[in-house]
Amino acid sequence: MMTRIMAKGYLWFLLALLYSPILIIMIFSFTEAKVLGNWTGFSFKLYSSLFSGGMHHSLINAIWNTFAIALIAASVSTALGSIAAIGIYNLRSRARGVMNFTNNIPIMNPDIITGVSLFLLFVSFGISQGFTTVVLAHIAFCTPYVVLSVTPRLKKMNPNIYEAALDLGATPFQALRKVILPEILPGMISGFILAFTLSIDDFAVTIFTIGNEGLETLSTYIYADARKGGLTPELRPLSTIIFVTVLVLLIVINKRAEKQKKE
Amino acid sequence: MQQSNYIIEVQHVSKRFGEKVALDDIHLNVKKGEFVTILGPSGCGKTTLLRLIAGFQTASEGTIKIAGEEITQTPPHMRPVNTVFQKYALFPHLNVYDNIAFGLKLKKTPQQVIEKKVKAALKMVGMTDYEDRDVDSLSGGQQQRVAIARAIVNEPEVLLLDEPLAALDLKMRKDMQMELKEMHQKLGITFVYVTHDQEEALTLSDTIVVMSEGKIQQIGTPMDIYNEPINSFVADFIGESNILNGTMVKDKLVHFAGHEFECVDKGFGEDMPVDVVIRPEDIYIFDPSDAAQLTGVVTSCIFKGVHFEMLVQTQEGYELMVQDYHSFEAGREVGLLVKPFDIHVMKKERTCNTFEGKMLDNTHVEFLGCSFECIAQEGLEAGDKVQVEVDFQHVNLQDNEEDGVLSGDVKFILYKGNHYHLTVFTDWDEDIYVDTNDVWDDGDRVGISIAPEHIRLNKL
Repeated sequence: MMTRIMAKGYLWFLLALLYSPILIIMIFSFTEAKVLGNWTGFSFKLYSSLFSGGMHHSLINAIWNTFAIALIAASVSTALGSIAAIGIYNLRSRARGVMNFTNNIPIMNPDIITGVSLFLLFVSFGISQGFTTVVLAHIAFCTPYVVLSVTPRLKKMNPNIYEAALDLGATPFQALRKVILPEILPGMISGFILAFTLSIDDFAVTIFTIGNEGLETLSTYIYADARKGGLTPELRPLSTIIFVTVLVLLIVINKRAEKQKKE
Repeated sequence: MQQSNYIIEVQHVSKRFGEKVALDDIHLNVKKGEFVTILGPSGCGKTTLLRLIAGFQTASEGTIKIAGEEITQTPPHMRPVNTVFQKYALFPHLNVYDNIAFGLKLKKTPQQVIEKKVKAALKMVGMTDYEDRDVDSLSGGQQQRVAIARAIVNEPEVLLLDEPLAALDLKMRKDMQMELKEMHQKLGITFVYVTHDQEEALTLSDTIVVMSEGKIQQIGTPMDIYNEPINSFVADFIGESNILNGTMVKDKLVHFAGHEFECVDKGFGEDMPVDVVIRPEDIYIFDPSDAAQLTGVVTSCIFKGVHFEMLVQTQEGYELMVQDYHSFEAGREVGLLVKPFDIHVMKKERTCNTFEGKMLDNTHVEFLGCSFECIAQEGLEAGDKVQVEVDFQHVNLQDNEEDGVLSGDVKFILYKGNHYHLTVFTDWDEDIYVDTNDVWDDGDRVGISIAPEHIRLNKL
C-alpha cells in the first residue's frame, strides 16, 4: 500500500516538474499583466491583441513564415521520404541494412551539427540565405523521419500485391499508384504530421540557415525578443495555442499508430 | 505463321541467382486446356519456373513461348496469363468487387460488362453476394476464392497457381481441390499448378512434372508417375515405397533382398546394378507358407484408417514396409510375396562417386577442393589430372565437422531396406553420396573423410 502511494507520488512529482513551466505560461496567458508572475485578473486581452495584429506586425509575419515553411517542407519530405522508403524496401537485405543505417544518422545527429554543416554548405556554394535555404534545410532533416514512418507499412504489406497488380495488367507506375500508395498512405500521413511539427519547433537548424535579410520564424523571433530583454506578453497566448495544436497532433499520431497496431 | 499445339513452350530455360543455379536447362511443353502440376520439394525450382512464365523474373537463358508468341522478355502486365498466389495477395484497401474488377478496369472495360463479369466470376467460385465485403473480413478459403475469381475474370489463356491451397486447413483443402478441378473443366483454360503435395498433384492433374534441384526428373500422367517412377527420387517422393539395391541378373530376372525374383523388365544387360522399387500395397503378407518368397518378422504395425502399415524385418536383414487390410501384430512371423509386374526396376544414376582431381604428389590427390591422402600408384606424378572414384560405403561421416577433411550438409536421405543412402552437399558445392547404417537427419552438419585405400585413381 505504502509503496503504491510512493510510486504514484513520484509519478505526479515528475509530471509536475515536466509540465509546470508550460502550465504557468498557459495560466498567465489569461491575464493582462506585462510581467510574468503578476496576476491582474482574468482576461482575454492578450489573445485579442495577438490576433488584432498591427502592433506586432513582425510577430504575425514570423507565424506566417513558420507555417509556410512547415507546410512546404513537410509536403516535399513526405514525397521524397516515401519514394526513398520504397526504394530501400526493394534493395537486397545487405544494402537495405546499410541504407537504413544511413537514414538514421541524420536523426541521431545533433541539430546544431546539422545546422552548422548546412550553413557551411550554403556558404561554400555561394547560395544567399533566406526562405529557400530554410525550406531546403527543413526538408533535409525531416525526410529521414518520413522514411522511418513509411517503412513499417511496407514491411507489413503482402509482398505479392505489387506483382498481383502487374499480373492483372497494371504497368509498374499504375501498380505503384493503385496498390502500393493506398497501402502506405497511413504511414505517409503520420510522416507528414511528424515532419510538420518538427519543422514548426525547429530552432537550431533554422538560425544557421535563415540569413540576415530580416526573415524570421516563430522560434527565431522569440529568441530575438527574449534577448532584447523581456518577452512580449502576447507570446504567452501564442505559446499556449502552439502547445495545444502540437498536443492535438500528437494525440492524432498516437491514435493512428494504435489503430494500425490493432489491424 | 508457325503453328503449334502447345500453349506454353519452355525451351532450354536456365535461371541463375548469382552462383546458384535455380533452373537447369528446362524443357516443358503444355497442351492447351491441360491441367499441369509442377511437383517437387521446397527449393527445387518449381516456383521459379512459374515466376518465369508469369514474368516476375526473366530467364538467364532459353526461350518461353505462350500461344506461339515468344514472351521471354515481355513484362508481366503484357502477358496473357494470370496468377493465383499462395498468400492470396488481395488488395486490402479494396472490397471484393473492386478486387475482382481491378484487371477489367485497367483494360477500360465498360461498367455494365464489368458488373456482369464480376458477378459471373463470383458465381463460379461460389461467392455470390459477397461483392461489398471487406477482404479482411473473409476467411482464408474465401480469400483464396476471391483471388481465383480475380484471376479468371480476365479470361487468361493460362492460369498459374502457386501453391494456392497450402495456407488452408486439410478439410478446406480437399473441398477446394474438387472445386478447382470442376472449375478447370468448366473454363477450359490451361492450369499450371505448383505444389509440394504429391497427393494433391495425383488428384488434380492431367500431367505431373516432377522437379528436383532445378531439373525435371519426370513428366507423365499421375498413373505413369506413380506406377513407373523413372528413378529412386521420384519413387520416394510420390507415395510410399520400398527402395532397395538390386542386380539385374538377366532379362526378366532381378536379384535383391538376398533372393532372385521374376520381373517384367528387360534390356538392362547382365549383372547390372539397379534400384528396385516396390510399393508397400503391392506386397502380399500372410502366415508363413510355401508360397512365400521372403519370410520375416513383423516389427511394427500401425492402423492407418483404411489399411494397416507394417514393417517386416526379413531373415536376410532387410526392412520392408507392407500395407494390407489385415493386421499382423508385431512379433508374428509372416511370409511375403511380390508379383513380377509390381517389381519396378530402375537404372542406377550412379554406382559410385566420381570426381575430377589433380595429383599433388605421389600420395596426395586434390578433389572437392581438399587434399586427400591416397596410395601411391605407378605412372601418376604431381600435376597429373585424374578421375577419382569412391564407393558409397567407403565415405565416412563424422559428427564433428572438424574431424573430416571437409564438411557438408546432409540434404537427402533414402532408406534402402538395410542401409541409408545419403546425399551430402559439400562446402565445395558438389554432392557426395554416402551409404551408411548410421542414422542422420536432414540438414545435419557432418565432417567427411575417406580412407586412402578406398580412393581409386584413373589417369585422364
